[in-house]
Amino acid sequence: MNEQAMKKIFSRPESLKPAMTHYCPGCGHSIAHRLVAEVLDELGLREKTIGVAPVGCAVLAYNYFNFDMVEAPHGRALAVATGIKRVHPDKFVLTYQGDGDLAAIGTAETIHAANRGEKISTIFINNAIYGMTGGQMAPTTTIGLVATTTPGGRDPDRDGAPIDISQMLAVCQRTVYIERCALCSVKHIQRAKRAIKKSFLVQLNNLGFSLVELLSPCPTNWKMKPWDAWKWTESILTKTYPLGVIKDTSGLGEVK
Amino acid sequence: MPSEKMLMRGAHVVGEAAVRAGCRYYFGYPITPQNELPEYLSQRLLEVGGTFIQAESEIASINMVIGASAAGGRVMTSSSSPGISLKQEGISYLCGQELPAVIVNMMRGGPGLGNIAPSQADYFQATRGGGHGDYRVLVLAPASNQELAELTFDAFDLADKYRNPVMILGDGLMGQMMEPVVFRDPIDPRELPPKDYILDGCKGREPRAVFSMLLDPPTLYRHNLKLQAKYDEMTAKEVRYETYLVEDAELILVSYGTASRIAKGAVNRMRRDGYKVGLFRPITLWPYPKVALRALAKEGVKIGVFELCVGQMVEDVIMSVGGRSEVHLLGIPGGPIPTPADVQEFALSVLRGDGKVGKKVEI
Repeated sequence: MNEQAMKKIFSRPESLKPAMTHYCPGCGHSIAHRLVAEVLDELGLREKTIGVAPVGCAVLAYNYFNFDMVEAPHGRALAVATGIKRVHPDKFVLTYQGDGDLAAIGTAETIHAANRGEKISTIFINNAIYGMTGGQMAPTTTIGLVATTTPGGRDPDRDGAPIDISQMLAVCQRTVYIERCALCSVKHIQRAKRAIKKSFLVQLNNLGFSLVELLSPCPTNWKMKPWDAWKWTESILTKTYPLGVIKDTSGLGEVK
Repeated sequence: MPSEKMLMRGAHVVGEAAVRAGCRYYFGYPITPQNELPEYLSQRLLEVGGTFIQAESEIASINMVIGASAAGGRVMTSSSSPGISLKQEGISYLCGQELPAVIVNMMRGGPGLGNIAPSQADYFQATRGGGHGDYRVLVLAPASNQELAELTFDAFDLADKYRNPVMILGDGLMGQMMEPVVFRDPIDPRELPPKDYILDGCKGREPRAVFSMLLDPPTLYRHNLKLQAKYDEMTAKEVRYETYLVEDAELILVSYGTASRIAKGAVNRMRRDGYKVGLFRPITLWPYPKVALRALAKEGVKIGVFELCVGQMVEDVIMSVGGRSEVHLLGIPGGPIPTPADVQEFALSVLRGDGKVGKKVEI
């Protein structure tokens, strides 16, 4: 083969360390990590990024992301990120959080950071379950979904209803851009990457708070095969959490 | 140049001293009796280009402290007892992540919502670690506004030196009391020594991570031993205390903070009447001045502990004294503030050995 004719067309983003992740087969986290890393590379942000890892399945994110990171106590990522951003307003600050972290124990920190209009980008992984602890009910668990703490499936009279935190954040005056995407097909993943890029551009333009919610398959705790989990994400999870732009006052238009 | 002598209330003294010590970040949540401190800083930090955030909770504010500290800022939060309880998780993380911060507790009566009167009932929480895990917080207990200014200044340096939170333990009375104070020269935080662990973007270096999760047991074991070595160094180097008229004393009162002011009044009254009474005042509550107190304890010298709670510091006194002296306790919980005359009654009772005021602590 003629070496000069060979061109590298696919490689690990610089913003990802050459590490094996601990994520399960078919999990959305690995995809989300890669999308975040690709966008940081494309925007040349790696060396000015400070990330905040959650407690949950992504607690070890600092082992995978190749930029400065801090681990926040459970639910407090956006409070920790607030402290970082106020010290370094010229740096790029992102939080990466799951549904239990962001929408249960950290609800107050999430809403108030958003409402202050902190110039932070949040990647919100919604897989409707507590993954790290072994499949307990999440605030986002859908009606009827069987978790280890919802025998017979989530019952709204007993367990409450799934919470749509992205919609709740959208009514806060100081949020700029909120979009919900899904990590369950090539098309959806490409859409998710554009949303992440837009969220990052919102921060780079100093516009305010933005969040990208990513519906993410959890085959292990949903007790499905990966492909079934992808299909379930698209056909069932999106009924509770419809995809699309929930709020956009950025004026940035469509991102390529 | 040190400042002119100013008449200020304690809460404002802490705020002004913090700014002069280079603190540019404050995160807090309102709670009585310490609101004058965040109110002061909301204006003062604006003047020096710093950041003041009134957070949505004490939990959020201590986590903002974690972020600002990890980012390299000199940072402070303050609260009063119930609010400090809420910050305990964050304090444990600060210790585990080896991040400096200054935390002010203007104690009020407890347990529960208690009241807003002065109290010293958070001694255990402050000195034993109210949060989870093997950790220590350096605890400074000022007894005057001048000392509040000095210790606030020192707290930031100690926090940076040991990469560990430092707590200033005052009470509601101290925050409100007005006294003259002179401040040290202000520090420009940009001239502080650079820190090699902070997060500011990995340009030109390997990425850094600040975390406290060490899943591998031998690794967490070693991390704990490393922390313990720091605490041992603090114990060796940072103990502070004051002695007052102890040389010939037959009774040594042991008190800190506001209580020590009252106790000193009692000592002065009794000395006028010819009684051989002195005062031992711990300034660091952790590390406790055990060795210094032990040196004073001997046959023929009684120890009288006076604190504004049912008796918490008395346990450190018992450990320090090690059975060399009788230990008596006057513990006043819930907010009533005894006068020097009340403490004098206690001291006289201890000297008489009639057990009428306070109680002898059985070891």
